[in-house]
Amino acid sequence: MFHRERSSLLYLFFQQLGELGLLTLRSFKNIFRKPWEKKIFLQQMEEVGVRSFPVVSLTAAFGGLVFGLQTYIGFHRYVGPGSEAFGGPIISLGLSKELIPILVGLMVSGRVGSAMAAEIGTMKITEQVDALFTLGADPNKYLVVPRIMACFIMLPLLTLYGDIIGIAAGFIYNVFIMGVNRIVYLKNTLLYLELWDVVSGLVKSAVFGVIIAIVGCWQGLRAEGGAEGVGRATTRTVVLSSISILIVNFFLSKALPATLK
Amino acid sequence: MIHIVDLHKSFGSNKVLRGVNLEIERGETMVIIGQSGSGKSVLIKHLIGLIKPDRGEIYIDGVEITRLREAELHKVTRKFGMLFQSSALFDSMTVAQNVGFGLERYMNFPPQKINELVKESLAKVGLRGVESLMPHELSGGMKKRVGLARAIAYNPEIILYDEPSTGIDPIRADAINDLINMMKKELGVTSVTITHDMKSSYKVADRIAMLYEGRIIEIGTPEEIRKAQNPVIQQFIHGRAAGPIVNW
Repeated sequence: MFHRERSSLLYLFFQQLGELGLLTLRSFKNIFRKPWEKKIFLQQMEEVGVRSFPVVSLTAAFGGLVFGLQTYIGFHRYVGPGSEAFGGPIISLGLSKELIPILVGLMVSGRVGSAMAAEIGTMKITEQVDALFTLGADPNKYLVVPRIMACFIMLPLLTLYGDIIGIAAGFIYNVFIMGVNRIVYLKNTLLYLELWDVVSGLVKSAVFGVIIAIVGCWQGLRAEGGAEGVGRATTRTVVLSSISILIVNFFLSKALPATLK
Repeated sequence: MIHIVDLHKSFGSNKVLRGVNLEIERGETMVIIGQSGSGKSVLIKHLIGLIKPDRGEIYIDGVEITRLREAELHKVTRKFGMLFQSSALFDSMTVAQNVGFGLERYMNFPPQKINELVKESLAKVGLRGVESLMPHELSGGMKKRVGLARAIAYNPEIILYDEPSTGIDPIRADAINDLINMMKKELGVTSVTITHDMKSSYKVADRIAMLYEGRIIEIGTPEEIRKAQNPVIQQFIHGRAAGPIVNW
């Protein structure tokens, strides 16, 4: 009995993995096939990007503030008073390479990934996805591809914006609240922060964007059983994409070079 | 026009279709009746390529469609219009955008021509001045009519009706039946309707086929079906709880 349950769980796991793999493959093929759904793509750019600005602003600002606070305490306690101005590069590096891409990824997966699953899931259970097909539209090209492209483009832009807000918040905390020397703080930041530190964070966020869109669309397209099914799809999207982002982040951090110099 | 040969479909251990054979002639209205959950929707969705069978063939004008690639399949599905059970109007689009969707995809007409055809299709189903409304602003009967306008907008040769009278009151259901008959008379389309509503079946059908336990067990004119000796059919058409059909 236990053996049978275990094997059916294993079967389900590989079945779902296969489903996800096929959806991903098909979507990547469709990216290069005309006609492109420009209208849906622009709508999604607005939904993913423009409408995420408030939540990214808040997250990045408070992420930068708290990171600035802890870095100040760390330098003050372990290196000594006066050394806090050396925290600038650490704050900027930590924020742009790790914290902001992850925070933006998690926020967008909660806000946008779940919305994608809910919207497509509702379309699926109300036969709108079938209607698309009967009216000559490929549901993958119409629903999935524009969302992947929008996330792929907007996540790095949101992350870059978050980097600026976060680094500024760290600067404001250290310089204006804690009285750290502004010139030394800025000089150290500009001296040690490399362009690659920011770019590698943007590369990661582009990958996170693709993960969020694919998981959201996949869960939406496999939703069944009414409102309960849509609810399950949205919850699964947030859980799966958040976990995937954290896991993939570690491997990308390992795989991407620490510096290009 | 439509020829279904030995069609089989299972979902897990649930064998829904167990060898369906059916032939539908050009210009006729075929009504497929059967209990809820008997596989009527599954059967109709096979015709338009929404579901792939496990076994069997479907010929549309001599073209076998079950093994076609998606691009080739769309050339065949262009011949179909479908009215969904839930109407399946796109929530995020206006009535005009819904009705014009197939025209944009299949016909590649300029916007002005699409607008004209949208108005024409809506007029055919008795709707005027609703172009800018959103689906949530429509009643159940209006949704069905907009769904039908969308299905006929690009002049399909075959219209599939999935439970057209479900979820609306008897008066509106009868109006939908009149519309189905009008489509046949004025546009000369071939219609496949699935329903468990016998009143509607008798009103629109040229022939009725009964789907039971995954197979077509009887085909005939409404009169022949009324007089059929098969106790399963008699129980179903008279809506009796007692009889050979027990798995409800």
